[in-house]
Amino acid sequence: MEVAKRADARLSTDTRTESSPRSPVCSLRHFACEQNLLSRPDGSASFLQGDTSVLAGVYGPAEVKVSKEIFNKATLEVILRPKIGLPGVAEKSRERLIRNTCEAVVLGGLHPRTSITVVLQVVSDTGSLLACCLNAACMALVDAGVPMRALFCGVSCALDSDGNLVLDPTTKQEKEARAILTFALDSVEQKLLMSTTKGLYSDAELQQCLAAAQAASQHIFRFYRESLQRRYSKS
Amino acid sequence: MAAGFKTVEPLEYYRRFLKENCRPDGRELGEFRTTTVNIGSISTADGSALVKLGNTTIVCGVKAEFAAPPLDAPDRGYVVPNVDLPPLCSSRFRTGPPGEEAQVASQFIADVIENSQIIKKEDLCISPGKLAWVLYCDLICLDYDGNILDACTFALLAALKNVQLPEVTINEETALAEVNLKKKSYLNVRTTPVATSFAVFDDTLLIVDPTGEEEHLSTGTLTIVMDEEGKLCCLHKPGGSGLTGAKLQDCMSRAVTRHKEVNKLLDEVIQSMKHK
Repeated sequence: MEVAKRADARLSTDTRTESSPRSPVCSLRHFACEQNLLSRPDGSASFLQGDTSVLAGVYGPAEVKVSKEIFNKATLEVILRPKIGLPGVAEKSRERLIRNTCEAVVLGGLHPRTSITVVLQVVSDTGSLLACCLNAACMALVDAGVPMRALFCGVSCALDSDGNLVLDPTTKQEKEARAILTFALDSVEQKLLMSTTKGLYSDAELQQCLAAAQAASQHIFRFYRESLQRRYSKS
Repeated sequence: MAAGFKTVEPLEYYRRFLKENCRPDGRELGEFRTTTVNIGSISTADGSALVKLGNTTIVCGVKAEFAAPPLDAPDRGYVVPNVDLPPLCSSRFRTGPPGEEAQVASQFIADVIENSQIIKKEDLCISPGKLAWVLYCDLICLDYDGNILDACTFALLAALKNVQLPEVTINEETALAEVNLKKKSYLNVRTTPVATSFAVFDDTLLIVDPTGEEEHLSTGTLTIVMDEEGKLCCLHKPGGSGLTGAKLQDCMSRAVTRHKEVNKLLDEVIQSMKHK
């Protein structure tokens, strides 16, 4: 059993030195990650962003049902369980988003006719849930040793009625926001892998949020790297 | 000869066309299929529309019923969309509870309604706390040939513009609702959200309005929903290959032109309805 290592990372990025009404002071909440905490799945991870916490488990590459098998690559499945109640249509939509993001990075061609299952359980939700799910899924896939062409991370940003940008919004900030944008970015070139948005916003605001998300993703990828280095340097 | 090659190596067959900047059905990379729309054809529904995008056919029917408004928002009504993909439209769907594709499409339409504020829910309230309209929007696919999200959004928009609600008064003595079917008024449709879908090929090439085969061969999809002021209601990119900011900009400009095309078509149809 791995000793849990918490990597503290409080980051603040001032993108402009002079203050102007639109200059965003972007800061991500404190995040932490724990790997290999479950004994049954091949890989598992728990990702914390502020108070939002998601537990992910990965089984794979494993046996696949003949009806679902793909002849030249692995079949990816994502199951998302909400904290309370039964999974509904919104969960199905989120599962599709996470699954397609994982399919873009996982090298399924190396394990044809197998299945890789990612199970996500929401432990607590205080905002930026989808971003936290993506981060937990990535860490769990790494822990399981699934071959990937890049890492990915999820970043959420909220635009309030004045046009101010807040990264990693809490539930209260999400409720008051005019628009909430969630992106998944890859680690190689910070390209946009997945995007889902809520609310109305303009094209310029989209580019602004994307740029802020790309800057924030650098911090998250650095955190991934540090926590993995710490883990493997001990053993 | 070509048919044999297409069966064995569909992706290579497709790449040969893309190299010449066109597609097997003769379209350019940025060209939409022929769009046809017919509104008001279902007489039993309060509003209806049939949209054909090439072969993809979606029927939208809107029925209005009474309901008690939600407790936390007593001055609002409901708009409930549902997308149905029956086995009729494609061999990949089975009978039974809605599959993942249908659920994702329903969630997408619900998000578009919510984000674009196409109808102000306050307009659907008849008597605060007691009675409100609920609009059940059922979208049924009759033929699945790719790009159902665009067709569904257009069908929903056209059907909502066609909805006529009767006047309702609450009789104070009996506290019952009285419906005056002779006096009907159109819904106040505030914005016109138009969806434009793209498919990503080989991580670099973007093509507009993918057919069923193209969707199957693509490595990713992107749907942009824009309203008439150029504001974005939804940027739906469910995974797939990565895109840079510059590529997104190209997609935005294509979405703006598509919005104008759709708007023009919808205005023509509504004008022709009024002349009847």
